[in-house]
Amino acid sequence: MKEYTAIKELPYYEELDFYKKQKRIVLQNCGLIDPEKIDDYIEKKGYQAAAKAITQMKSKEIIEEVKKSGLRGRGGGGFPTGLKWQFAKDAEGEKKYIVCNADEGDPGAFMDRSLLEGDPHKLLEGMMIAAYAIDADEGYIYVRAEYPLAIRRLKKAISQAEELGLLGENIFGTEFNFKIHIKEGAGAFVCGEETALMASIEGKRGTPTSRPPYPAQSGLWGKPTNINNVETYANIPFIIDNGAEEFNKFGTENSSGTKVFALTGKIKNTGLVEVPMGLSLRDIIYDIGGGITDDKGFKAVQTGGPSGGCIPAEQLDLKIDYDSLKEIGAMMGSGGMVVMDEDTCMVDVARFFLTFTQSESCGKCTPCRLGTKRMLEILERITEGEGKKGDIEKLEQLGKVIKEASLCGLGQTAPNPVLTTIKYFRDEYEAHINDKKCPAGQCDALKGSYVIDEDHCIGCGQCKTVCPADAITGKKQKAHTIDPEACISCGACAEVCPVNAISN
Amino acid sequence: MKEIIIDGNSYKFDPGQTVLEVARGNDIDIPTLCYSEHLSITGACRMCLVENKENGSLETACTLPARDGLEVETDNDKIYDARKTVLDLILSDHPMTCMTCEANGDCQLQDLAYQFDIEESSYGSKKEDRFELEERNSFIVYDPDKCILCGKCVRADSELQCSDAIEFSERGFKTKVAAAFDEGLGGEDSSCVFCGLCVENCPTAALSYKPARKKGREYELRKQRTTCGYCGVGCQVELNIKGNEVIKVDSVYDDTAPNPDGEMCVKGRFAYGFIDSPDRLKYPLIKKDGEFVESSWDEALDYIADNLSRIRDEHGGREIGALSSARCTNEENYIMQKFMRAVMKTNSVEHCARL
Repeated sequence: MKEYTAIKELPYYEELDFYKKQKRIVLQNCGLIDPEKIDDYIEKKGYQAAAKAITQMKSKEIIEEVKKSGLRGRGGGGFPTGLKWQFAKDAEGEKKYIVCNADEGDPGAFMDRSLLEGDPHKLLEGMMIAAYAIDADEGYIYVRAEYPLAIRRLKKAISQAEELGLLGENIFGTEFNFKIHIKEGAGAFVCGEETALMASIEGKRGTPTSRPPYPAQSGLWGKPTNINNVETYANIPFIIDNGAEEFNKFGTENSSGTKVFALTGKIKNTGLVEVPMGLSLRDIIYDIGGGITDDKGFKAVQTGGPSGGCIPAEQLDLKIDYDSLKEIGAMMGSGGMVVMDEDTCMVDVARFFLTFTQSESCGKCTPCRLGTKRMLEILERITEGEGKKGDIEKLEQLGKVIKEASLCGLGQTAPNPVLTTIKYFRDEYEAHINDKKCPAGQCDALKGSYVIDEDHCIGCGQCKTVCPADAITGKKQKAHTIDPEACISCGACAEVCPVNAISN
Repeated sequence: MKEIIIDGNSYKFDPGQTVLEVARGNDIDIPTLCYSEHLSITGACRMCLVENKENGSLETACTLPARDGLEVETDNDKIYDARKTVLDLILSDHPMTCMTCEANGDCQLQDLAYQFDIEESSYGSKKEDRFELEERNSFIVYDPDKCILCGKCVRADSELQCSDAIEFSERGFKTKVAAAFDEGLGGEDSSCVFCGLCVENCPTAALSYKPARKKGREYELRKQRTTCGYCGVGCQVELNIKGNEVIKVDSVYDDTAPNPDGEMCVKGRFAYGFIDSPDRLKYPLIKKDGEFVESSWDEALDYIADNLSRIRDEHGGREIGALSSARCTNEENYIMQKFMRAVMKTNSVEHCARL
């Protein structure tokens, strides 16, 4: 008889290091249900929170419950959700709108996408409850056109919900009506900013407008509007179903609940993780993420996407919540977490992120349109070995003004990667500018010529063979030398050297 | 009474007023580039930053609503640094060609550079043009390299003229203002009617009047307010005269005028060439022996009266028709048709505007 011992050894989810410290509220059903079947969602207590809210609760009670839960906007701003709903509820107007921001634009971030693709009904349920709470009867989901599967599943989910009468008129036999439309975004990062997003829904150019008036007073088509992101709405069913107290068991005093992060970069376990707020970076990177790829040294982690900040190793024990991140110059953002190892050049990282925000600037306000451009030019000069004395101070001064003077969140946060890398890795900037050296060896223009350590060279001649510039001379079995004038710093020699005798 | 505190002093305000409006109403200087009292507010240029003392943040005075107890500062080191940096950035993308520029002496950007003492941008000045000059029409030249993207032209075009002929195109650093399909203001799909209000609102020389180019600059021009003679509306306009020649026609901003926000049409703005035309009629002409001959007004009016009476008496009023001009007032046109119907006994009256 064959023994199936292997089965016994298979661990449960909770036993895996990757899942041990996670708490899944938002992603609870992702991967476990068929997102295209509404019955699957209903079986997992789906739409019970909506039923409870709409048939048993007054809108005031719902808003109070959300306030008590301490839920804050998961799109990055961290504004208390209950308060936002209160403003929209209190605003005068016959017609009100609910808008869901699913314009997830941070490179490497796909929290919203996973939820839209894996559990679309949870979002619809969250939006329904919000609509009922603020007296809205129409909602829009603004989702990136680059997420075709998410759009397909959302459409399917909406039509299924309509068929069952969960969306439409007289929902649950009450007088509450609610319909949801999908608006596909055309790929502008700035349309993740709420006023630009609403302009885009209205068919206008996607540029932000000054607040006040806030969307709660004058939003979509000038009507009172509540706008939250996908993850925020997805937390609502849990809060209504289980109560604010249950939700408050997770997280910290001022940042309750969980947060989904997209772990990426030089880390062993990449992917989405949902953790209670207040977990340390170390827990996330080493316990959940399994540490740095190839067991190299940890250098920094970029949180909050391209407009977030770089957090250095000294801050590894930082408890992750809205306020602690803001305090050190970074931000929660929508939850991107890019891990960097010791081989990463921090000046180059700042240049990379600023390239993104600069090209995504809408061009409306001066500091963002021209300021990020000038900052990028300075960074490009530094990485190309043409940095000048005073560049760091100029970046700091300009970065400060761009943050203070820009019209919308994009400009107000765009300098963060530059300012935080200067704050924590100033020596790297100085090495680039003063010594014309890139300490991490990443900036091509700053790579010096390669040198052979004569004591270690075994004279195998492999380097000589691969050198494309014929810069290496030496006899067999004798130490070789590189002509620094002829060397083009390609590094081919160092790669083939069997005894690691070549460096730059 | 509701009061706002600006630079330590309390000021009363009307509901709906912004900090900028209250400040300017009390002679407190706050620089602006994208603001116009005739247009909607956009908050794009960021020159009017003031410090909100409640939280120390910088906010644009043009968008910040005045409210009771609000305390702002309009001038301190932080504000100065931010404004100067913004200006410095604008100048880093603006050609330093004041020497030959049409707007020299009449340029808000130049004035601010003078005020903030910026001779050249600290980021280096713009050496090469990034855009092509747009001058494929007869009236307006657009130089995107001089454009600071304040958007006043776009708003004036959309909100006052209601043409919606221009909009921002591209985005970020590449943004410029363009007509439909970037075919120019005179392009096939352009809805531009060449009212010139965009030029009027431009704070630099990004937009300029083509017929006036190289004919004189602000400080050389004599200004004469007058009433446009082209129709009965009576728009107020301002002639810009050098020597004895009209160089261009600017808007007048007067709440009592029929065009309070400086609105004009293509005729009032550009059709002033007749003033100095050698073909212009200066005396009545009467055709004698097949030739037009100069005459006096008395002779001409007698001639008309005699002949109109004769034709009416001999052939009846139906043989007479009158065509009057859109350049006359409503009252004059009324008198014309009344005279024709009552005195000349004809219904054949017409007006040149009924095309």
